[in-house]
Amino acid sequence: MSALLAELLIPFDYGYMLKAMWVSALVGGVCAFLSAYLMLKGWSLMGDALAHSIVPGVAAAAILGAPFAVGAFFAGILASVAMNFVKQKSRLREDAVIGLVFTALFALGLLMASIWPTSVSIQTIVLGNILAIADEDVVQVAIIAGVSLAVMLLVWKDMMVTFFDENHARSIGINTTFLKGLFFTLLSACTVAALQTVGACLVIAMVVTPGATAYLLTDRFGRLIVISVALGVTTSFVGAYISYFLDGATGGVIVCLQTLLFLAAFFFAPKHGVLASRRRRQAAIEAAA
Amino acid sequence: MNAPVPEIAAAADAKLGASISVRRLNVTYPNGFTAVTDASFELDPGTICALVGVNGSGKSTIFKAIMGFVRPTAGEVRLCGLTVGEALKRNIVAYVPQSEDVDWNFPVLVETVVMMGRYGHMNFLRMASRADRYKVDEALERVGMSEYRKRQIGELSGGQKKRVFLARALAQEGRIILLDEPFTGVDVKTEAAIVGLLRELRASGHLMLVSTHNLGSVPDFCDHVVLLNRTVLAAGPTAEVFTQKNLELAFGGVLRNFQLGGAALHDDADARSVTVLTDDERPLVLYGDKHSRRQEPDGE
Repeated sequence: MSALLAELLIPFDYGYMLKAMWVSALVGGVCAFLSAYLMLKGWSLMGDALAHSIVPGVAAAAILGAPFAVGAFFAGILASVAMNFVKQKSRLREDAVIGLVFTALFALGLLMASIWPTSVSIQTIVLGNILAIADEDVVQVAIIAGVSLAVMLLVWKDMMVTFFDENHARSIGINTTFLKGLFFTLLSACTVAALQTVGACLVIAMVVTPGATAYLLTDRFGRLIVISVALGVTTSFVGAYISYFLDGATGGVIVCLQTLLFLAAFFFAPKHGVLASRRRRQAAIEAAA
Repeated sequence: MNAPVPEIAAAADAKLGASISVRRLNVTYPNGFTAVTDASFELDPGTICALVGVNGSGKSTIFKAIMGFVRPTAGEVRLCGLTVGEALKRNIVAYVPQSEDVDWNFPVLVETVVMMGRYGHMNFLRMASRADRYKVDEALERVGMSEYRKRQIGELSGGQKKRVFLARALAQEGRIILLDEPFTGVDVKTEAAIVGLLRELRASGHLMLVSTHNLGSVPDFCDHVVLLNRTVLAAGPTAEVFTQKNLELAFGGVLRNFQLGGAALHDDADARSVTVLTDDERPLVLYGDKHSRRQEPDGE
């Protein structure tokens, strides 16, 4: 028994595991906070697009020896500007524009990484590598996540009104253009942070799944945020922990955990779950009979 | 001379305040589409004004200009003598959205939506004070939605949904209220209740601008009309502006228009006739060229 316990506590003895677990939890929490908003607007795939678009920035930063976050940030801004520009100046639909811009940038990133393979590994970018994260990257990620969390705690209600009813938000003097810009800035920053923990391909899960799960569990936006953040923090921490034993990619484990919880909510949520709907339908049929 | 009673003084103050002045407004969108050209109209306190025109006639552009969503390419909009930006900062404008524009699956309760009306009165953290909660209770009570306050907004009927947003406008205490298609998807009873509420607000000096397709109800509750078709075709008191001639001008061939008279109505030739004008909602019925006044629904 005690041998088993000792075995289970092993990850906590390793500095790199502790670091991986805490950083993942922090990033998971902030991404989950943003996911509460992102999935409400039909913008979920914007997160995916951003994550792929920042790859050339990350590659450029690695090649030039600049901080990871700086390159990613500029690439993120470049991506949103490019999407907006193409959207406004052409008659293409939004999804086509997003698809066009993000794949173009992702391809550019992969190209850069394959031309200079010594300075940046494609695998790190695509799958993340939280277990080998460098200390200066930890600082970057912690700053990004901490600042984003603080900002969101200050403006979460204004952000809610802006997402719910932009006209009303404007009528009470909220600068909705600024807030939406702020949201996407934070989203790009947190995407960069999440890139290190789960990699470009799975970032989308971090900024969608916790919010989507919480959406099935409550009708109050405040609670939705709390549930979503709790899910994000727990799954990321536990996911990093489990990945030690499975010897698997941390990102994969975290996202699988999140998906499991989503499926549980999807079927068993007290009001919006599949089973609850079926019960209600049954009750309605019986009442009618 | 007696000093004025505070309430009356406040009402008088509000009366001085609520006005909309649109002067030679031009709006061209970034894609080059000119939605409104040289539009002008003035509205005073204690008015319910209908904004009438076909789809694409510039109704929503006028709304957007009043809300500061689009910048005029030329001309200006003044609210209570202030620029749009200043007016918005002072919570002068309340907006009641069209039902189609609302995400009814959004995870908010009825009371949360009404509380959003108070946000402009709160500090930047939007912490509700006792007074804010009181105003929310009062607004919910006034539209008869108190018992539904803990419902998620998507669980309501069409009329109830409308009333939630009216309550939000009441809680916001805006002197100018913009209503976008308030009667779409609303039952007759709720329509009467909304009209009753708008009349009360008019009596207390509010200014309401109502974008509507519902031509038949316009003479019932709107004292002013602005007819649009890419510009202001006519603006003024309903009796003067809301005429068959002007409506034909505004709607061109879009409107169904049929006249019943003479032999179609009577066995004998009779000079009197009935004209029915309609697009898709309740028709406007003109006897000769006078508006038919519907029987007022009994107060409920």
